[in-house]
Amino acid sequence: MSAQAGAIRLDSRLRATARSEWIKFRSVRSGPFALVATALIVVVGAWLLGAGNRNSAAASPASQAAFDPVFTVLQGIELAQLFVGALGVITVTGEYSSGLIRGTFVATPQRAQVLAMKALVFAAVAWACCTALSFAAFFLGQSVLSPAKHVGIGDPGVLTAVLGGGLYLTFVGLLGLFIGVLVRRTPAALAALFGLLAVLPIALILFKGTIASQLGEYLPGNAGEQAFHLLPGGAYTLGRWPGLGVLAAYVAAAAVAAFTLIRRRDA
Amino acid sequence: MNERGGAIIEAQSLKKVYGDTTAVDGIDFKVKPGVVTGFLGPNGAGKSTTMRMILGLDLPTSGTVTVGGHRYQSEVWPLHEVGALLDARAVHPGRSAYNHLHSLAVANGIARARVDEVLEQVGLTSVVRKRAGGFSLGMFQRLGIAAALLGDPGTLLFDEPVNGLDPEGIIWIRALIRSLAAAGRTVLVSSHLMSEMALTADHLLVIGRGRMIADMPMSELIARHSGERVEVRSADPQWMAADLRAAGAQVTLEPDGMLGVTGLDSRKIGELAAERGHVLYQLRDVTASLEEAYFRLTGESVEYRAAAPVAS
Repeated sequence: MSAQAGAIRLDSRLRATARSEWIKFRSVRSGPFALVATALIVVVGAWLLGAGNRNSAAASPASQAAFDPVFTVLQGIELAQLFVGALGVITVTGEYSSGLIRGTFVATPQRAQVLAMKALVFAAVAWACCTALSFAAFFLGQSVLSPAKHVGIGDPGVLTAVLGGGLYLTFVGLLGLFIGVLVRRTPAALAALFGLLAVLPIALILFKGTIASQLGEYLPGNAGEQAFHLLPGGAYTLGRWPGLGVLAAYVAAAAVAAFTLIRRRDA
Repeated sequence: MNERGGAIIEAQSLKKVYGDTTAVDGIDFKVKPGVVTGFLGPNGAGKSTTMRMILGLDLPTSGTVTVGGHRYQSEVWPLHEVGALLDARAVHPGRSAYNHLHSLAVANGIARARVDEVLEQVGLTSVVRKRAGGFSLGMFQRLGIAAALLGDPGTLLFDEPVNGLDPEGIIWIRALIRSLAAAGRTVLVSSHLMSEMALTADHLLVIGRGRMIADMPMSELIARHSGERVEVRSADPQWMAADLRAAGAQVTLEPDGMLGVTGLDSRKIGELAAERGHVLYQLRDVTASLEEAYFRLTGESVEYRAAAPVAS
């Protein structure tokens, strides 16, 4: 077979796998459910957070300078990430717990390809939805904030911070998806993901001290949320792109482990 | 059923060890097209593990298994070559039967029209849009069979296909399996029920504790295990028993006077009775049933056995 024919065959095989994964994604309710929950939290959260911080106009010049109008209204993402992360987890564990994964691998024995297309479909949907929500939350939040310090989308650094909100949620979802492959059972995978995102940061706060705060900076959630800060956030100094890079490194590490194991393990 | 040649499934020294349990212990077999091959053994004997290895789901600890000379994993569009019913319940409970099959069809470039076709073939047309979570086991079984038929494959694997089917469904699946083989396909059907195999299989692979106990045509199995024992009733059982023993037979005398004879066939016993002047009331070959043959074959290899009930 010529290399060209081989490439065409691989291309049609990949497209078939991606279409199959898309049909599976859209034909169960967990996707819409998790995304609607995410939308409610992020958008309603932006409105509440904007309204709650309106009176910052009367605050001292110092605290007004430290006020981050972008992060303030996008903070709902920190709660919504649990839904996007859980959706990533059950996209995979739902197949393992029902046993469907065997049917999937009988139809497509190229397991790495199945995982790659599953991740691609998930990431595309999550990124499109979460980026749209990040923009919606930003505009709604700024309009509610307006008597106080607020910014426009064209102001320096604002557009990337809003895009960062969508990217952050997408990475969290992918982290959940790859953890799902590693752990295979829904409750254990959810516990692992939520532990990493929500429990470890609090645990580290309890251990006060420089080492704890330095470690805290490199946790996936703490590092990644720098992506939707306009100003350097709180105790953390990593900054936007290095912070998102740290989160991406966690996702990449989980992905490498997932791709290795899914090919070696019995299904 | 349209003609469709199947591939040969071949295992060589196939072995699978999970932890310290040997599920399949170095078996060799060939499954040929055009006949129904029954894969028979008690629960836990290694049937499902072997089927999963054929499909590339479980990786053999050692040895190989191929379909048409290739490892299953090397197939690019495998559903056109091989169809399988493993665990019928392995369907996302929130997904409809149609979407379940559609996702499988699309993964192998199979036309959407074929999904409707197989759904009609298995009789699920009325529930295609319903979420599979509410299905009965029989409906799951039909959906699993639809999935196996999707790519019109030449080779089919059915793991315990009659489980959960109603009597009408059982008759339907038997006829389907026979027609698939009659059209030239390779069909491997597992069951733990000898009676089920007796009705569908032409060739038997009997497995127990991970080892191949028998690999022979059904007719040979029947021939080998029949006509072993003769029941005799005569006017004077004691005298008859003595004469039979003298002729080299093993004889048991039942309390009701019946003699169970092995080691001498009914023709010889009849001739002996005439020669010695015995009055015979009954002379009957007792054919060991297939169930008995199966128990004899697998008796040593049952993984889980209930303890004998203890009188209290």
